[in-house]
Amino acid sequence: MRRRKRKRVKVKLSLMAKREERWAWLFIAAPFLGFMFFMAYPIIFALIASMSRWTGLNSLWGNMAGLRNYKEILSDTKFWRAMGTTIIYMIGIPIGMILGLTLAMGLNRLNKSRRVFMTMYYVPVVSSLVAVSILWAWVFNYDYGLLNSIYKALTGSHGPNWLGDETMIKISMIIFMTWKGLGGSIILYLAGLQSIPKDYYEAAMIDGANAWEKFKAITFPLISPVTFYILITSLIGGFQVFVEVQVMAANGGPNYSAATVVFYLYDKAFKNGQLGYGSAVAVILAIIIFIITALNFYGQNRWVKTID
Amino acid sequence: MSEIKIETVNESNRINGKKIANTIIFILLAFGALIMVFPLIYMVATSFMTKNQILSGKLSIFPDPILIGKYSQVLKKGEFINGIFNTIMVEIPVLLIGGFTSSLAAFAFAKMEFRGKTALFLALLATIMIPFAVVMIPQYVLFTKLKWTNSLLPLIIPGCFGNVSMIFFLRQNLYSIPKDLMEAAKLDGCNYFVTYWKIFLPLMKGALGTQLMLWFMGIWNDYLAPTIFLRDEKTWTLQVVIRSFNSYYAIQSDYALIMAASVIAMLPTLLLFFIFQRVIIESIAISGIK
Repeated sequence: MRRRKRKRVKVKLSLMAKREERWAWLFIAAPFLGFMFFMAYPIIFALIASMSRWTGLNSLWGNMAGLRNYKEILSDTKFWRAMGTTIIYMIGIPIGMILGLTLAMGLNRLNKSRRVFMTMYYVPVVSSLVAVSILWAWVFNYDYGLLNSIYKALTGSHGPNWLGDETMIKISMIIFMTWKGLGGSIILYLAGLQSIPKDYYEAAMIDGANAWEKFKAITFPLISPVTFYILITSLIGGFQVFVEVQVMAANGGPNYSAATVVFYLYDKAFKNGQLGYGSAVAVILAIIIFIITALNFYGQNRWVKTID
Repeated sequence: MSEIKIETVNESNRINGKKIANTIIFILLAFGALIMVFPLIYMVATSFMTKNQILSGKLSIFPDPILIGKYSQVLKKGEFINGIFNTIMVEIPVLLIGGFTSSLAAFAFAKMEFRGKTALFLALLATIMIPFAVVMIPQYVLFTKLKWTNSLLPLIIPGCFGNVSMIFFLRQNLYSIPKDLMEAAKLDGCNYFVTYWKIFLPLMKGALGTQLMLWFMGIWNDYLAPTIFLRDEKTWTLQVVIRSFNSYYAIQSDYALIMAASVIAMLPTLLLFFIFQRVIIESIAISGIK
């Protein structure tokens, strides 16, 4: 009798648990299906398509070519130029981080004006990327742009051809991207600085540490998680630069010097109709980003110092 | 006696030094902030300038005379109004339905027990890492096969299935709400949906609002997906329209018109940012510390 009762209670509990489970699965059904349709399926599809000479008009399965697309990419000078340019643009990442940290440390010392300044530095981040790219294409304009009119007013001679020269266009892009993203790193750094306990600095002061020593021994190690986070997210973002290039240099700039990997991928897939080849570029891009993400997990434990 | 005096002099020197240092920092930061917003000010200024002034090549920031005609000219253009309308037609269903599905899933992940919870959550989270560029070709093919590319559906339907970063943030937010509420609702005989709808949804209103606002901005500013998926000019969203304005009117050197269109296109997100900057900045800062 007793035994039966206990058993029934157990059955009842697991029934309740089952009921809960069914409700829960129903509740997460939408994002799960979205994940299957718009992420998992496309990724598998891209992997298969990357091995086919598929144009969207011919048959995908009838034109399977194994790793031919990948082999061609490895000796595709245009791809490597785009990859090189993508990496050159990343010079902006450390510049933005150093500027961001410096400005955040400055902001951290102010009280009343901090919020106003933060808003001003952050406005470019929330602005439409297309709109500010259009704006900067105008700022960089050779004949009438803001930069060259300032240059002329100061020196009397005509300024550089910001978007019309193979080297200058890269510098211009780096300037633009640093401007656009600076506010983001300032806010993250400021949050990091504010989470450092004040008594650390007081203790250092009693020990007679100067400003640089305090920075080296306290600030820099304790904000290393933020530094790491900004670095990883900027690297991932850096491999996906596209919109600003398309707006400021619609055909990839002089001699394709401004084109990035995603720009090249877009060109191949949607302008030339080489969907298989484009998919192979996409897979390479995914692998690079996967490696960075893996480094992120690996590195977080090794290089980042936390308060405890 | 004199020793103590020296001490206080040193102390006041130090405070003075700090004050001077802070003033210098203030000036440098103000200068930097000015450089940051100056291009945007210049953008607004250009939109009010005459063609003559713009093409003079001389440095001038103040429009003389002030011309407001470009704004009415932009607002009279059918494609521009159409672009605003299309963007809103994407925003409304995505935010309503996607906001609902995301918050429901976040509730399940935070407050309910089920097999495969962690694995499913990690799988969803991993999609944040996958760049859109990787899936855009297959998605384009899929949407073409479904005959969606002549409508706004490629932008609406995926959004309705929910947004992973929103699920992530709402889940974090729900963790701060005690689980006892769950038990109380169970005892009251509420089913799980009623528990979500009547108890937890009102409790996550603030976080949901912030996330919806960020999502609104994301959709408003989105360019890559619309430019690939929207084959029909009639379905172009605002960002695609202003970019086509840029290539079209730059040839005619009508920079005032381009700038006026871009200013209008930026206005809604900037206004939202100015009004809700505290919550927006906070939620961004949290993402870095987490």
